[in-house]
Amino acid sequence: MGLLDTDLLRRDFPVLERDVAGGKPLIYLDNAASTQRPRAVIDAMDECYLQYYSNVHRGIHTLSEESTKAFESARETTRDFLSASSIGEVIFTAGTTAAINTVARSWGDANVSSGDVILLLISEHHANIVPWHQLAERTGCRVEFIPVDDQFEISDETVAEYLDRLRPKMFAFAAASNTLGSEYPVKKWTAMAHEHDATVLIDAAQAAPHQEIDVRDWDAEFVVFSGHKVCGPTGIGVLYGKETILNAMPPFLGGGGMIMNVTTDGFTTQDLPEKFEAGTPPIVEAIGLAAALKYLKSIGMENIHAHERILGARADAGLRAIDGVRVIGPGPEKKGGINSFVIEGVHAHDVSAFLDGRGVAVRAGHHCTMPLHQALGVTATSRASCYLYNTVEEVDELIAAVADVRAKFARTGRRRRSRRSVESNA
Amino acid sequence: MPIPQDDPNDQDIYQEHVLDHYEDPYNRGPLAGATHAHDGKNPLCGDKIHVDLRLDENGRVAEAWFEGDGCVISQASASMLLEEIEGKTIEEVEKFSAEEMLKLFGPQLTPNRQKCCLLSWKVLKGALHRPVGTEADPSNTEEDETESQTSFGGPSLGEEQ
Repeated sequence: MGLLDTDLLRRDFPVLERDVAGGKPLIYLDNAASTQRPRAVIDAMDECYLQYYSNVHRGIHTLSEESTKAFESARETTRDFLSASSIGEVIFTAGTTAAINTVARSWGDANVSSGDVILLLISEHHANIVPWHQLAERTGCRVEFIPVDDQFEISDETVAEYLDRLRPKMFAFAAASNTLGSEYPVKKWTAMAHEHDATVLIDAAQAAPHQEIDVRDWDAEFVVFSGHKVCGPTGIGVLYGKETILNAMPPFLGGGGMIMNVTTDGFTTQDLPEKFEAGTPPIVEAIGLAAALKYLKSIGMENIHAHERILGARADAGLRAIDGVRVIGPGPEKKGGINSFVIEGVHAHDVSAFLDGRGVAVRAGHHCTMPLHQALGVTATSRASCYLYNTVEEVDELIAAVADVRAKFARTGRRRRSRRSVESNA
Repeated sequence: MPIPQDDPNDQDIYQEHVLDHYEDPYNRGPLAGATHAHDGKNPLCGDKIHVDLRLDENGRVAEAWFEGDGCVISQASASMLLEEIEGKTIEEVEKFSAEEMLKLFGPQLTPNRQKCCLLSWKVLKGALHRPVGTEADPSNTEEDETESQTSFGGPSLGEEQ
């Protein structure tokens, strides 16, 4: 497998045609933060709003029936994307963050108590850290982190050692790190955690856009991802959960849509998946998400992954070859299209601002992984993340622009030519 | 001059005088005998500024020094600010507005970068009210508390993933 036909594919993404500040063509390498939308997604959402939009599961009228059908069809498309057993296991949420919060609140409050351990990786993003810190505040459980080694890697042995020693109630980890770019052996680690009686949550926010997912093969109790990182809309994400565990969990948010019956004394809940979908759901977003998943499938997840790995490896090699540049992540064989890096003596914000002047959009900052940055002793990194529409030429321009950054900000014995320096020289 | 004159990538915000202040800052370092001090950081990008002041009996900022770590904008703006206000009265410093700070810096900044530029300005204002070695000198840093005091700085970067 090689590169995708980006000439053809880029026509599907109208925004990629634009220029940015300074009249440079846009080189969008901030895909780990959010991806762009193909026309198929925009059209599907437009069609709903223009032709048949209504609330779902409520009205007995033509538009409501049509909207309900499209919404539930979107759920089926999502089930198929995940290879889940039933649509009852596919819950629409506001995003990855909302999905993890739902698990921490509902499953966590019901199953975790003082002294229990929630085990995470140090490389988790804040969405998979803070809900567990909050659970710890409520229950007295402990949140523990598996570190990365000096190659930015986490070995199976290290995971086994932590599982053995800490016997966690929950092992929650990202299938792929949004900062290091590492892709972890989800199936293997899940099986190891199960041997230690841990429940497993997979944060697939950085995996769903890039790889084939089969939740039955992974076998984790929970898998979550976001719409906007798979070319879909913002405001929607997915919580997959095994049916037995979801059935045993108390509902989280209460309201319309999740109830079977409400009286002045109380309520009874709907069956799955509505039990966890209080309020009017993200209807049009679900329809857009389904269009995005179909679009990605039509290209082929394996083809997308192969394309990104080629670009990611090219960026990795190009960046490592530049004097003063340090790639914060493992070698290309261990990661996908994400490359985080620091440039000696230059702050990540200045890198990003300089690259923007060349049309190159990268992320600068801590990428919502502050514990990882603290552990690595860096305050901020720059991150270039490739997706299916990026090209070899774009990666080469990134590398060329990064090479120019040091020259721009190098210290050359400059002197202030301002009021006080003039006075003191006089 | 490391930058070729025909370099099309020359960023407006990194004008020569900005880079000059970054590399050759005014009063960078600790101030022995500081009477007032304050810290601040921009938690979303990691810029840090510490300001030491010596206020004299005439109500003037006799000396102003800073230490810090961060992007060119945050560090160069601190140098420019302290050079500008040293010797002024406390009232004059209090009156020095965010608009004046941005004007002093020079190049037009996007809202996100205004945060970097205004960090030292916020810390300086805080330092005026924080005498060294008293109970009123908590190590609370200039972060969220200041967000409500000024509308400058644009949207949060906190949603980055």
